[in-house]
Amino acid sequence: MNDEPPVLEFERVRLTYSLRAGEIVVAPDLSFRIARGEALGLVGESGSGKSTVAFAIMRYLGSLGRIAGGRILFEGRDIAALGEAELRGIRGRRIAMVYQDPMSSLNPVMTVGRQLMEVPMLHEGVNAEEARNRALGMLVEANFADPAAIMARYPHQLSGGQQQRIVIAMALIGKPALLIMDEPTTGLDVTVEAAVLALVQLLRRKHDSALLFISHNLGTVAQVCDRLAVLYGGEIVEEGSIGDVFAEPRHPYTRGLLDCLPRLGRSKHERPLKPIPGRPASPLARPSGCGFVPRCSHAEGVRCTVGVIPTIELPGSEGHLVRCIKALEIGAWQQDGGSAPTPVEKSSREPLLQTKALAKRYRASSGAFGRERPPVRALNGVDLVLERGETLAIVGESGCGKSTFARVLGGLEIASEGEVTLEGEEIGGTPVQARSAALKRKLQMVFQNPESTLNPSHAAGYSVARAARRLRGLGAPEARREAERLLSVVGLPPEIARRKPSQLSGGQKQRVAIARALAGEPEAVVADEPVSSLDASVQAAIVNLLSEIQAERGLSLVFISHDLAVVRYLADHVAVMYLGKVVEFGPVDAVFVPPFHPYTEALLSAAPEPDPERHGARIILEGSPPSAIEVPKGCPFASRCHRKIGEICDTEPPPSQVLTGGHRILCHIPAQQLMPLPV
Amino acid sequence: MGRFLLKHLVFLCVTLTVVSLLVFLLTELTPGDVARKELGPYATQEQVEILTKAEGLDRPVLVRYVEYVGRTLSGDLGVSQRFRVPVKDIIFDRLENTALLAAVSFALIVPLSMLLGVAAGMREGSVLDRTILLGSAIAASVPEFAIGVFLASVFVVTLGWLPGTATLQPGGRWPIAAQMVLPVAVIVLFDMGYVVSMVRASMVDVMRQPYIRTAVLKGMRFRQVVLGHALRNAMINPVTIILLQINYLVTGVVVVESVFAYPGFGRMMLEASLYKDIALIEAGALVSVFVAVMTQILGDLAYMLLDPRIRA
Amino acid sequence: MGLDSTTETAAPRAESARERKEVAGKLGARLALAGRLGESTTTVVGLSIVLFWVAMAILAPVIAPYPPNATDVLSAGHPTPSAAHWLGTDHLGRDILSRLLWGARRVLTVAPIAVLSAAAVGTLLGLCAGYFGGIVDLAISRVADILLSFPVIILYMIVLAMFGSSALNIVLVIAITKAPIIARIVRGLTLDLRNREYVAAAKMRGESSLYIMLVEILPNARGPLIVDMCLRMGYTTITIGVLGFLGIGLPPPDPDWGGMVKDTYGMMSVWPHMSLIPCAAISSLVVGFNLLAIGLRETALRE
Repeated sequence: MNDEPPVLEFERVRLTYSLRAGEIVVAPDLSFRIARGEALGLVGESGSGKSTVAFAIMRYLGSLGRIAGGRILFEGRDIAALGEAELRGIRGRRIAMVYQDPMSSLNPVMTVGRQLMEVPMLHEGVNAEEARNRALGMLVEANFADPAAIMARYPHQLSGGQQQRIVIAMALIGKPALLIMDEPTTGLDVTVEAAVLALVQLLRRKHDSALLFISHNLGTVAQVCDRLAVLYGGEIVEEGSIGDVFAEPRHPYTRGLLDCLPRLGRSKHERPLKPIPGRPASPLARPSGCGFVPRCSHAEGVRCTVGVIPTIELPGSEGHLVRCIKALEIGAWQQDGGSAPTPVEKSSREPLLQTKALAKRYRASSGAFGRERPPVRALNGVDLVLERGETLAIVGESGCGKSTFARVLGGLEIASEGEVTLEGEEIGGTPVQARSAALKRKLQMVFQNPESTLNPSHAAGYSVARAARRLRGLGAPEARREAERLLSVVGLPPEIARRKPSQLSGGQKQRVAIARALAGEPEAVVADEPVSSLDASVQAAIVNLLSEIQAERGLSLVFISHDLAVVRYLADHVAVMYLGKVVEFGPVDAVFVPPFHPYTEALLSAAPEPDPERHGARIILEGSPPSAIEVPKGCPFASRCHRKIGEICDTEPPPSQVLTGGHRILCHIPAQQLMPLPV
Repeated sequence: MGRFLLKHLVFLCVTLTVVSLLVFLLTELTPGDVARKELGPYATQEQVEILTKAEGLDRPVLVRYVEYVGRTLSGDLGVSQRFRVPVKDIIFDRLENTALLAAVSFALIVPLSMLLGVAAGMREGSVLDRTILLGSAIAASVPEFAIGVFLASVFVVTLGWLPGTATLQPGGRWPIAAQMVLPVAVIVLFDMGYVVSMVRASMVDVMRQPYIRTAVLKGMRFRQVVLGHALRNAMINPVTIILLQINYLVTGVVVVESVFAYPGFGRMMLEASLYKDIALIEAGALVSVFVAVMTQILGDLAYMLLDPRIRA
Repeated sequence: MGLDSTTETAAPRAESARERKEVAGKLGARLALAGRLGESTTTVVGLSIVLFWVAMAILAPVIAPYPPNATDVLSAGHPTPSAAHWLGTDHLGRDILSRLLWGARRVLTVAPIAVLSAAAVGTLLGLCAGYFGGIVDLAISRVADILLSFPVIILYMIVLAMFGSSALNIVLVIAITKAPIIARIVRGLTLDLRNREYVAAAKMRGESSLYIMLVEILPNARGPLIVDMCLRMGYTTITIGVLGFLGIGLPPPDPDWGGMVKDTYGMMSVWPHMSLIPCAAISSLVVGFNLLAIGLRETALRE
């Protein structure tokens, strides 16, 4: 394309960790380049080695990691051959990095101003005053309204989005030639993520920095990058311009990644998601040939498993590279899958679980002599219905009260006001310990974090069997048999029962947790973000499992999530929550098409879609939600709303506008005007 | 800030009340009556009864406790049976001696253990780290009296460089400074082993934090990273522990004082207990608890100053 | 650690932290295996020392050459080590080796009983404080604070002076003073563990609080607890020695390491071996416990 030397070039780089037990190859032979000012996205799932690549560029691999072969050239200089002083000259000045989890990346006992000022003072020897001016300027660029005040803050006094913008400002203040971002928006809410990504786009262009953007999320990569490299087991299996790769993925793994994602606009009634079967090979046992063979539906005996698979450039393309021996044979990509499970025809629309004016307040902890502090209002009048056999999804960003809602339903918290009825029986005020055995059996939960959902001290089968004993009164031998049966229901072999959680993968642990929830043969299961911390391919399998179980058993599901695409796929009814209130509720097809509540509109617009064609302007919400201690008198969303109509939004609680099919929107703007604004 | 002080003052008062009551009750509830304990086993029954009358020991416990609190608050700590002088005449002298020992030791322990702890923890697993870790574990394992015996056998018995006792009597063969060397050495060695391992653990933890990586990848020198970014974070946890050492230094050095016949507070308490000198025990217990709670307050205060997340 | 140093601190929802964790987990398993032999030299040495003394204590009645309190008048004049008395005798002509062995038996009976009682009480209180929170926590924590603010050695002196010193009193006093420390540790661990999702799952199936505390929470707190009990054993050995040295420990004439030093310390300038030998014995036992604690903690951190 251009003859300028690349900013960064990997030349057959081999990255290893040497342990006493031997050498672990994280990346056997990695080559790619990033041109000046270009943005390359590096995509891969857990364990693909993408973070190691990032830290290798900084030559920061710990005492065990090593660049064991090849060269990493930054502006023509071999990183591995640099002296300590030269390396320091590059770190932070020529190459800067933005990390995931901004809170822990910032020094908690130093003001953010000082942390920003350090960079120019260190590298350019400027005095404190000059550094201060530079920092202030950078904060203005990073969209901080009052930079002087921000300078004096400590990291814990900022929101997650603000922290990440500080880290980005800190990276760009030295005007680096290359910016490395390692999962910079993972863990941030979608609306915050959209703001951060927009900022990255803007600043990168302005400062003419090249960008290496590392992510597991194809959607964010599509939004920010020019080119894309897909990493599997430390090897780039496909690389090309964003347009080429998304339009015509050639590697089976890339196709798998795209296929397993639910897209906004698809639902479980159309077709199941296509998870990638199997698990990535351990870096301890790297197979010869193509590493993806065990999971590949196109794999072909000896051809794929022997020797080194060459990387070829697709004919007629501009640098679309594929590392697959059958790249030219496997045919065009069709985004289609198997047949749909037959949707359960619901004759009766019988409410199973219902909440009315449900409110939950937490007393803020007060010291021994503390005055009574105002409570945290986690839920402020929630009216929702879960019909038998359907899925009710609750979406919203962190802090909106969706998890509290789940915990109140499960009886882990009790309602402060309002009522919760299960088959007509009032349960909102009853903690789970006080619920009758029959009631506990009817309603079970699945939790978010696979790392903590199973007790690491107990074998997987124990948790399931114990649940069967407690909830159904089975004897020990029957409970053991029942546990094995349930494990097979969730697609696990019986020997899993004897394994400790540390020997299971995240997806397997979540399957065991589902089996445990099913042990009492419940009517309803409340699942709190059950797939949020799983890789996309695993997430698809769990989502499929949930919808299969639902179809087979007529299970009713309350599904809490922040991921709109998953919700769109799985839900029958959707409730959008903001600051403890349901701002929009209705059948899934009604909520995801206009008219929208402005917040729903913003969420949908911010959701990263793996679709480079989608270039509509995004709605960027300002600020962060108000505190749940001082809930606004008027509309909870007024302070951030892009369609705020005036004072009435701040002073009057908005009316609930009921539309056809039970669709409700909580807004002062008449529903027919709540169509997307032309951009 | 006001709330903080108020909270701690209340806790101080509660603790002092509980302790004084406990000590008072202990002397009451143990077998044998108070007057007998005060007079010793060789007094006649008649003498015991006279004392009981004279001191009003036949009245209810609670009344006498209230009276005792009143007397204590007015500065009257009673008379020591063992030393036959008012308690306050002896207790403050002894405290002064112990404070000298404690101050010198503390002045050595703090900088040394911070230096060693940070040096060990900044590169976890290095040879320096392993050495310091092992050394401090061993130092903390040897009881004070054993350190005393080991040091004395070398420097007193074999080499004859230092005196084996520290009675703080001037004009003898050894100047007071020389007398102090061994007691201080024993305390510093024993206590430092513990403090060093705490500082090291905190430093190791801090060096693993992502913000240290951020600092390194800003292009800072290792030295700058350690001094500018790690040090303050690494001090947050140990500072409380370091200040708690004051507590140990004032009340826990009884062993060292015994080894070297040092006329300090701890040895006074030991004698008081062995002779069941009730007035002295009661006063000494209050002083000890006062010191202990004050060091806790100091520790919390220092914690607040170091960690902006705690400040309201 | 494996890939980089952040594995332990990353946010749960964060993807690439998880990635590092997973790879590091796999690598970690290997590391632990490979490292266990090399790294745990500390554990091996510590355990060997402790086991040596345990064996000595058990075998004392069999292998001690003399009864512990028997005086050999002939040897009293020249108490240095000889063929008849391998480690010499003390000023009263009692065989030091025999007294050392019997002394080991004493300290290794009293210390474990004291530490186990403290651990039992402390663990239960800590579990309750951490699990129930609120007023229960407040009450337990305040009492623990008061007990902890009391200078331990002064407390020993007062109590032992008032009630006299016996093995039972020493056990009680140590249990009372160590239990709050253990309670505090267990409370901290419980506060963290009680919010784990598996605890919520146990509540969902209707388990009792006792079951949750003992079966769901306690097993996951055992690592730090075991390490702490090793440390506690070391400190308690020191405490018993110190009490003996101060003359308020286990009652004479039965041998007690601290007491042996106390009896002979005055003769340091003439016969230093009488004090040096029991000092070396007690120091080595405590070193053993502490090395064991360090080794176990490092092994636990790796997993």
